[in-house]
Amino acid sequence: MGLTTQAPSSTFSDETRTNASLTKFLHGLPGVDQVGADERAAMLSTRSIKTSAKAEGIDLAISMIDLTTLEGMDTAGKIKTLCAKAQRPDPFDPTTPSVAAVYGDKVAQAKSYLTGSSIQVAAVATAFPSGRASRAVKILDTSDAVAQGADEIDMVIDRGAFLEGRYMDVFEEIQAIKVACKNAHLKVIFETGELRTYDNVRRASWLAMIAGADFIKTSTGKVAPAATLPVTLVMLQAIRDFHNAGQRKIGMKPAGGIRTTKDALRYLVLVKETLGDAWLTPELFRLGASSVLNDLLMQRKKLQTGAYSGPDYVTVD
Amino acid sequence: MSFEYAPAPESTSIVKLKPAYGLFINGVFVDGEKTFSTINPATEAHLADVTEASAADVDRAVRAARVAFGSWSKMRGADRAKYLYRIARIIQERSRELAVLESMNNGKPIRESRDVDVPLVAAHFFHYAGWADKLDYAGLGANPQPLGVAGQIIPWNFPLMMLAWKIAPALAAGNTVVLKPAETTPLTALLFAEICQQADLPAGVVNIVTGAGETGRALVNHPDINKVAFTGSTEVGRYIAQAVAGTNKKVTLELGGKAANIVFDDAAIDQAIEGIVNGIFFNQGHVCCAGSRLLVQESIAETVLGLLYERMKNLRIGDPMDKNTDVGAINSAAQLSKIRELSDAGEAEGADRWSAPCTLPEKGFWFPPTVFTNVSQVHRIAREEVFGPVLSVLTFRTPDEAVEKANNSPYGLSAGIWTEKGSRILEMSSRLRAGVIWANTFNKFDATSPFGGYKESGYGREGGRQGLEPYLKVASK
Amino acid sequence: MSEHIEVRRTAKLFIGGAFPRSESGRTYEVTSPEGKFIANAAQGSRKDARDAVTAARAIQPKWAGATAYNRGQILYRIAEMMEGRRAQFIDEVSPWAKSAKKAEAEVDEAIDRWIWFAGWSDKIAMVVGSSNPVAGPFFNFSVPESTGVVAAIAPGRPSLLGLVDTIAPIIVSGNTTVVIASQDAPMAAVTLGEVLATSDLPGGVINILTGSYAEIAPWLASHMDVNAIDLSGVDDKKIAAELEKASAENLKRCLRPGTELDGLARIKNWLELKTVWHPRGF
Repeated sequence: MGLTTQAPSSTFSDETRTNASLTKFLHGLPGVDQVGADERAAMLSTRSIKTSAKAEGIDLAISMIDLTTLEGMDTAGKIKTLCAKAQRPDPFDPTTPSVAAVYGDKVAQAKSYLTGSSIQVAAVATAFPSGRASRAVKILDTSDAVAQGADEIDMVIDRGAFLEGRYMDVFEEIQAIKVACKNAHLKVIFETGELRTYDNVRRASWLAMIAGADFIKTSTGKVAPAATLPVTLVMLQAIRDFHNAGQRKIGMKPAGGIRTTKDALRYLVLVKETLGDAWLTPELFRLGASSVLNDLLMQRKKLQTGAYSGPDYVTVD
Repeated sequence: MSFEYAPAPESTSIVKLKPAYGLFINGVFVDGEKTFSTINPATEAHLADVTEASAADVDRAVRAARVAFGSWSKMRGADRAKYLYRIARIIQERSRELAVLESMNNGKPIRESRDVDVPLVAAHFFHYAGWADKLDYAGLGANPQPLGVAGQIIPWNFPLMMLAWKIAPALAAGNTVVLKPAETTPLTALLFAEICQQADLPAGVVNIVTGAGETGRALVNHPDINKVAFTGSTEVGRYIAQAVAGTNKKVTLELGGKAANIVFDDAAIDQAIEGIVNGIFFNQGHVCCAGSRLLVQESIAETVLGLLYERMKNLRIGDPMDKNTDVGAINSAAQLSKIRELSDAGEAEGADRWSAPCTLPEKGFWFPPTVFTNVSQVHRIAREEVFGPVLSVLTFRTPDEAVEKANNSPYGLSAGIWTEKGSRILEMSSRLRAGVIWANTFNKFDATSPFGGYKESGYGREGGRQGLEPYLKVASK
Repeated sequence: MSEHIEVRRTAKLFIGGAFPRSESGRTYEVTSPEGKFIANAAQGSRKDARDAVTAARAIQPKWAGATAYNRGQILYRIAEMMEGRRAQFIDEVSPWAKSAKKAEAEVDEAIDRWIWFAGWSDKIAMVVGSSNPVAGPFFNFSVPESTGVVAAIAPGRPSLLGLVDTIAPIIVSGNTTVVIASQDAPMAAVTLGEVLATSDLPGGVINILTGSYAEIAPWLASHMDVNAIDLSGVDDKKIAAELEKASAENLKRCLRPGTELDGLARIKNWLELKTVWHPRGF
């Protein structure tokens, strides 16, 4: 899988001249009616994905997983087993996640355990998950991970600045992190659970996209609520609008709260019916989830054998 | 990867169709002289033979209702409530069966009958069960009395839901009923009759007489009914209003509409698009309150249309029994030909026609979701009810103009308003001459929410406290 | 074949959807008016009351936030479960009923009364609320809302019907409650707790304490996280006055004993009214 970074567009120079002009632009975007958005997401959740569609969806979902461990107690051993699982989740099937995601100081280890594999390494950075550190520290956090070989960086936006209305600070920070990424892909995490309103999520989406994000991502997974279907819908619609405005294709990643195959398939439906089949690829859509991998494997087993599987038949990494 | 949805059929085996059905009179099924065939409009397959009630049959039914009225009206409200609660519960228990049968006979997607129609049916019976012993609080004075026997005629677009809207309040208030379902959709009404038996509802309280226009006329004109309740076309509504003139029969009518769905430049655009789609393509547009005229502010018309066409490409038209179907079959050949006639007229009048690309099944009655743009008020497709998945798009410049155009119709059933500005919603809704106004939503129904029209869309309300009034005598002192 | 020796039920409190014994470990003897032993009922303490208020408060936003339809469905389900326990309830009210027929009548009326209240859930707003034609270009409407956590002392007699008349009007609109049941005749309340636990009612909406109201009620009356108090079951005038005084500290809405009320008025006691203005204009 080749991850190419694209140059951020320059056509928003007027809007991004000052905080006032950026505010005007973001606040001029159409509002989102919460009930309507929730209803649309709920209706799409009723799509019945069976037989061949389910099998396809499961394989697609597996390939889209950023297999993640982000714990204070991560050890070399834990990184090793994570990487082993990523390379071969099912001894009898070659489908694998695309990416292993770890904390910045574990990148080198992860890289070493993945030598010879096509699986890439993503690192969280910028004082993940809180984002509460100085710009300089966040840049260093990023370049450190990049230097260790990270292929992707998942940054968090400064929610405090966003909620204070200092959109320009958020914008410039994303730009600065993008520079520090060098050739690494940049995912920008909003922590939608802290932004609270869908209007904020739409504004954050546009802000991140014009600042140079390659992917926009819902959450760190450390705050509830994490990803939800309606929040994802709003972000996918922003990506659609950005693309319809002649801009590049941006990727999307919901993270946290995706536990079952059913959940995963619901996200794929959302992508399909909002952005179309072109976005149904790990290049443009990822699932930030780890526990769901085992459920995907068990569901696939059920499709193959006709019987419900159990946790003893999938591995604990 | 394409991730195409595989067929996801809901099994029809839960429905045990009989080869033939009689009339439900005085608590039992009785044969009649003539029968007619009822079909599945998605496949044109014959489903069952249904009896055509003659004038004599209608008379038998009214007599049974009159006799039953004696004890039913004198029963404690709390006891009437218990029968209605039983019916509500059994509807919930048999909800899957009812939803499947409804889709088979009507053509609407199973997802809609399962998630919208049948739950609302149960909710109406629950809501009115709770009124049966609280009529003193209905705002009609102390101890309001029922009218007697109600003759009720319902349409084919929401067969079971229309039945619930009619029967639940009538029974709660102490009336007994003779109901005629539409000739193309009799089956869920007949299953409802079985449910009345399961609930041990006293004989004669509910009577179901199947048939067509003749049967309906016999019922409306029967001398011993006290009330006529009708939902259907304005044309037939007019006939009924004329037929009961000079009698003591109370009448409520819920007729046609040509609702304006008004989208302002500051609307929450993605939700407005859903509202437009829902407004006209939900239930194949067979909805009296459908948002069949899109009134879009001229400054955003192009944007809205672009997003609308994109959205419509995701509509799945096909087998109603597939759980992923969004738009089902047109209910009958007759209705299909009406839709085609008006759509052809639209083209002839000079409007631009666009239909969502879709493959329609070979058998059955089908029409693709269609949009007409560059429509003017004078066009037939802006004035006449198509009652199909056909949207007419007009523009406006200012809120005043939107109000003027929206109200410029003999109809007045419903309207939609899409704007993020609260005061505008309230000013618009105070000026729109329509009985149901949806702001930033559409096609929302609830047992507690009164529904009905202004002008030629009819009179009387169904739902909520006000929905009791058509079935009670107002206290004289 | 030897006769079946009955398995006797332990009477416990009902708090947060569970059945704990009193944290004080105490019980008291329940006997019939003739002195026959019936059971050792839990003797609720101030700490049980405190825990019950915590449970009632925790679930209150969720209960008030449920749709009226949903609350009505749950209340109706409670009536179904009561109907299933009809024989048991009759047994439990019999010792205090004037006759077997009267015992049956009390239970039947209690079930019917519960159903009556269940049907109010989706009608209260229609009857109590209004849109108000203010003299200006404003849309103005008034809506009723639940007041929060309501403490209640249920009437000593009739032990089941009185309990139903107390509890149902409180919770139908979205309040939650801590009820002190009849001290002399608590068994119907114990069974009601079991009914509630099998009715899809979220834990904490109704909490039932058995014991002495003279001991427990003052702690509820003075509790700063209780919004209202129903003193209907307090038959001692002096105690009633003291409880009302203690309730005044945080201005609880207070229902004095002996107040004659019809069903709707009982519901309205535990409602606030909110009036909203919004301009109308382009």
